[in-house]
Amino acid sequence: MSGLDTIPPVLLARLGKADPRALDGYVADGGYASWKKVLAGAKTGEWTPAKLTDMVKASGLRGRGGAGFPCGLKWTFVPAKDKRGDKPVYLLCNADESEPGTFKDRLLIEQDPHQILEGMMLASFALEVKHAYVYIRGEMVHGAEILNAAVAEAHAKGFLGTDILGSGVDLTITIHRGAGAYICGEETALIESLEGKRGHPRIKPPFPAVSGVWGSPTVVNNVETLCCVKHIVDRGADWFKGVGRNEKNTGPKLYAVSGHVEKPGVYEAPIGIPWEQLLAMAGGVRGGRKLKAVIPGGSSAPILTAAEIAGIPMDFDGIAAAKSMFGSAAIIVMDETTDIPKAVTNIAKFYAHESCGQCTPCREGTPWLLKMLRRIVNGEGKKTDLDLLLQISNQMGNGMTICVFADAAIAPVISGITKFRGEFEAYIEKSKNKTFDQEAPGDLTNAIANRQAAGIHS
Amino acid sequence: MSGGANVPVAEQAGNPRAGEHGALSCGKPLSFSRETRAELDRLLTRYPTKQAALLPALWLAQREWGWISREAVDHVASLLDLSSAFVWGVVTFYTMYNRAPVGKHLIQVCTSISCHLNGAEEVFHECKKRLGGLETGETSKDGKYTVIEVECLAQCDKAPAVMVNDDDYAVITKDNLDAFLKGLG
Ligand SMILES: Cc1cc2nc3c(=O)[nH]c(=O)nc-3n(C[C@H](O)[C@H](O)[C@H](O)COP(=O)(O)O)c2cc1C
Ligand code: SF4
Ligand code: FES
Repeated sequence: MSGLDTIPPVLLARLGKADPRALDGYVADGGYASWKKVLAGAKTGEWTPAKLTDMVKASGLRGRGGAGFPCGLKWTFVPAKDKRGDKPVYLLCNADESEPGTFKDRLLIEQDPHQILEGMMLASFALEVKHAYVYIRGEMVHGAEILNAAVAEAHAKGFLGTDILGSGVDLTITIHRGAGAYICGEETALIESLEGKRGHPRIKPPFPAVSGVWGSPTVVNNVETLCCVKHIVDRGADWFKGVGRNEKNTGPKLYAVSGHVEKPGVYEAPIGIPWEQLLAMAGGVRGGRKLKAVIPGGSSAPILTAAEIAGIPMDFDGIAAAKSMFGSAAIIVMDETTDIPKAVTNIAKFYAHESCGQCTPCREGTPWLLKMLRRIVNGEGKKTDLDLLLQISNQMGNGMTICVFADAAIAPVISGITKFRGEFEAYIEKSKNKTFDQEAPGDLTNAIANRQAAGIHS
Repeated sequence: MSGGANVPVAEQAGNPRAGEHGALSCGKPLSFSRETRAELDRLLTRYPTKQAALLPALWLAQREWGWISREAVDHVASLLDLSSAFVWGVVTFYTMYNRAPVGKHLIQVCTSISCHLNGAEEVFHECKKRLGGLETGETSKDGKYTVIEVECLAQCDKAPAVMVNDDDYAVITKDNLDAFLKGLG
């Protein structure tokens, strides 16, 4: 038996149920059994926060929000009771899902909200959290309503509140809506936003586990990560570890496949299935066309050519080995008709719109990239533009900024130009404005240089 | 910066703005209805600080008045012990707080990558054209429609994706656009 063998859906098991959002149906399908088990065990000492954390560590679960950080390990960064004093610990469920191409958390929220809540309950037990929040993106108005209804029902049935089921454990969950800002998915921006501020990422350290929301130890976990926690407690760490390609890439995984495929949608499979298998699940390339390129982890991931993605295991390390990023497992498929310069320009538009504006290279650089790319696809590009785009990109990335948004913004530009240079050059060849007098991007270069000289790195 | 998708046309054109902190005035002082005030009081129990209730309070204000005016900013600021300038700074960071009145149907067309690959830009332009040649962010004369461009709505499998007010619409193409617009009423 291999960890990549097809298994019945786990995270999506309750999809298509008559009323998947109702608590009774969830319980009838075995839901909240783990929560009850842990609460009962809490009284007898059979279940402790440390035991639950160890279980998640042993499962090999890596965060599903983008960075793939080991979940159990992150939890151990929260200072012990004697070190954190009276400060409460907070758990924040990251339901901001705004990375272009990503739509897996929406499905979990809309189709099985109690699964998320149970994951949050178990994580809260492990972290000794008494108040957990879901930060849900503002656009998911109905998703927030669904979660609020689920929380109310869980309270009414005694799964939340004080002294839950006589265990002595207290827990409240609050649903908090964002208001339209991609950057609030970055965990420290999310924290600032929850505090009632502009979503400006914080300089790390301190890391949220030590000092997060309201100065308290805080753990931020993605929706899907928390759902995995529930299934780990249901079925055991060994079961979770047995699913997936290898020890470092474990468990069932949701893949959001969009773009030029026959059946775009969310697909569940053991993490690490080969690219071809995933593409087949999504019905193959639209209209029997040829594959040109794939963005394998949301718009922040470098583009892979059809040749590069052939045979690649779709997991954190498989895609990293191909020099891209698994990210949020948002797979954007582009067929042979795709105009890569236009696709790259489109992605650049996203980042120019979403930069939070704190760091000079990112605030000034993202609109610069967009302006130059637009010029090229509008037939006004110059030969030197491509190298200039790469040069500006390199000045924006590699740790020059407070958060990794700037690195995300340049990944499609660098990979697009490097791997499909001919397509950009074709636009420039056709340029009707060969004498176009280019505005010097010196502004940006100088602005960054001056700030660096002054020792300011943002 | 994030704010920008629904910057009112008046503001984009550089028209003089009312209000010391830049917010447009609605012309009269505002305060929450008794029910909304009670809702805010309940919300305040969910957070250890008053400030944390700012985004929820702004949502309540938008529900009550349709958009965030200078007077709405002042009222929310006073309820949460914040300065109006600070509250306005937060309002402008987030794209979903309307900084001017919008039409009965706020049509939000996603033009991010997966929708782009499925012809979203054309849908966006056609939509404005078929509603009488609206500019982005402009409201039709009858007050019914405002069309804006938004970034990924996490509905990429239903590209091109559109939101109208709070509701999601799937696969809006050039071909079904007329029926879609008619359906809005
Ligand atoms: C620009 C940016 C946007 C992000 N957006 C999201 C998001 O929408 N949802 C999410 O879960 N994580 C997002 N992340 C990752 C979070 O910062 C964080 O790593 C994650 O929520 C941790 O959860 P996990 O360990 O369970 O994956 C984003 C990161 C960056 C840099
Ligand atoms: S890198 Fe960009 S998004 Fe991140 S903090 Fe700096 S300006 Fe904001
Ligand atoms: S790209 Fe349009 S909904 Fe995601």
